[in-house]
Amino acid sequence: MAQVNPKLGDVAANLALYEAGVRDARDRDVDVVVFPELSLTGYFLRDMVPDVAVTLSSPEMERLKALSREVPLVAGLVLEGPDHRFFNAAVYLEDGDVRHVHRKVYLPTYGMFDEQRYFARGGRLRAFDTRHGRFALLVCEDLWHPSTVYLAALDGAMTVLCPSASPLRGVADGAAQDDNARYWELVTRSYAETYGVFVVHANRVGFEDGVGFWGGSGILDPFGRTVCKGDYYEEDFAAGEVSHAVVRRKRTRAPLMRDEDVDLTIRELERIRGG
Amino acid sequence: MVPTNVSLMRRILVAFIRNEVRKVGLERVVVGLSGGVDSSLSAMLAAEALGPGQVLGIMMPYRDSSAESLEHARLVVEKSGIRSDTVEITPQIDAYFAAFPDADPKRRGNKMARERMTILYDHSARWDALVAGTSNKTELLLGYGTLHGDMASALNPLGDLYKTQVWALSEAVDVPEAVVSKEPSADLWAGQTDEAELGFSYRRVDELLYLMVDQRYGRAELVEAGFAPDFIDDVARRIMTSQFKRRLPVIAKVSHRTIDRDFRYSRDWGR
Repeated sequence: MAQVNPKLGDVAANLALYEAGVRDARDRDVDVVVFPELSLTGYFLRDMVPDVAVTLSSPEMERLKALSREVPLVAGLVLEGPDHRFFNAAVYLEDGDVRHVHRKVYLPTYGMFDEQRYFARGGRLRAFDTRHGRFALLVCEDLWHPSTVYLAALDGAMTVLCPSASPLRGVADGAAQDDNARYWELVTRSYAETYGVFVVHANRVGFEDGVGFWGGSGILDPFGRTVCKGDYYEEDFAAGEVSHAVVRRKRTRAPLMRDEDVDLTIRELERIRGG
Repeated sequence: MVPTNVSLMRRILVAFIRNEVRKVGLERVVVGLSGGVDSSLSAMLAAEALGPGQVLGIMMPYRDSSAESLEHARLVVEKSGIRSDTVEITPQIDAYFAAFPDADPKRRGNKMARERMTILYDHSARWDALVAGTSNKTELLLGYGTLHGDMASALNPLGDLYKTQVWALSEAVDVPEAVVSKEPSADLWAGQTDEAELGFSYRRVDELLYLMVDQRYGRAELVEAGFAPDFIDDVARRIMTSQFKRRLPVIAKVSHRTIDRDFRYSRDWGR
């Protein structure tokens, strides 16, 4: 997880961060490097969205494809579709190609967030195969909806990659970190353990207009153990091992995904949707 | 209860100052030192973030400012090791009011606050620095400050901290005890205190504001929590009527893209 501090609206400067991050990953013999949500552009983009958008064939994307020949990577960026809708997207690149695109489904538009004003909502959620196994990509708020991780796990993902731009807020007494960090650590841990998956959370740091991002990227294993952890509030590069043997061990001990009754869920969901 | 997690607030605010100053390509800040707890805390956090040599505290007394205020500001300079300067504002204030001898204390106080603001901004240009603000959340919400005066700054580490939190954090970062424990005062006339002027204590209003603003309690819930209806209404009215102080000037919309309405960019655009 490249826990970077991107420049708001400066794609060229952020592309340089990606190059440095990929170099770092290669030097450490890392197999996949995950960059945070919108780390190619910065987060509070507002009217900058169309100015920093890339397509699947823009020069910036070609540069990312080239970087993925060195180390496979997840990029967080604004993706413009052929119909000129703009998506908050995470892209998995490997061996010079785009392997998977996830367009953020749940766009927070409340409190300090205004994503639906600027972005179109993604409509798909699929796991995908890579050289290193079957992954799913969920962007930030997506992960706060338990249905997304449920679908990812049912779709066969062994590892859920979650790039985020999660702002710190709330300074409760007696807490070492802010309220939001506390909540993220609670849900990433419980998803990992509930679904028997690795959760790889890559969060950014830095400030935009006084709003800080708390960092603290990390990997949780299917037993809910912390595999590795980045610094809070500071730039960092955190790396840890994701192992299929651990998923197997967990799923052997507690075969919850095996026993999951998809038909029951579908029947009840249809009933609920039908009112 | 207003949370006072000082170690976490300190970490966040120091990182905030370091980040927001450096991203505009600068290393330094200027702070107006009044001798009060807010400006002392702001200066000491900036010293921690950037190094004391990168912080300039400016004392700007008027001839009838209290001697104790200046003394307290000097204590902060000594303790923190920041740079300091003193710029008297008496000549220009007196020259101006010679033409308006009947000006009331409010006009005189506002004029002084704005005079100090121009000095801070001039020094920020002179010294390649940003002006660090000193307004806390309590006074920003109550509108207890001078628009374009003490409310003006480039970055404000204290703007989301209630006075109760300012006090707690000031103790934690070792703001001199005499500064933390004294009664808050705008020092606009002899014997003035904020709490006498406002008609309630900061600690009490902070409890109310925390529930009203942060926790979004409704009026009935606040009454149930033990706050007097008159007190609640007074504070709610102060927040509403001072909203203009927390916004940019109103712009008449003519075009398709009007600044801050449908021309929307973050301040840190390109940073």
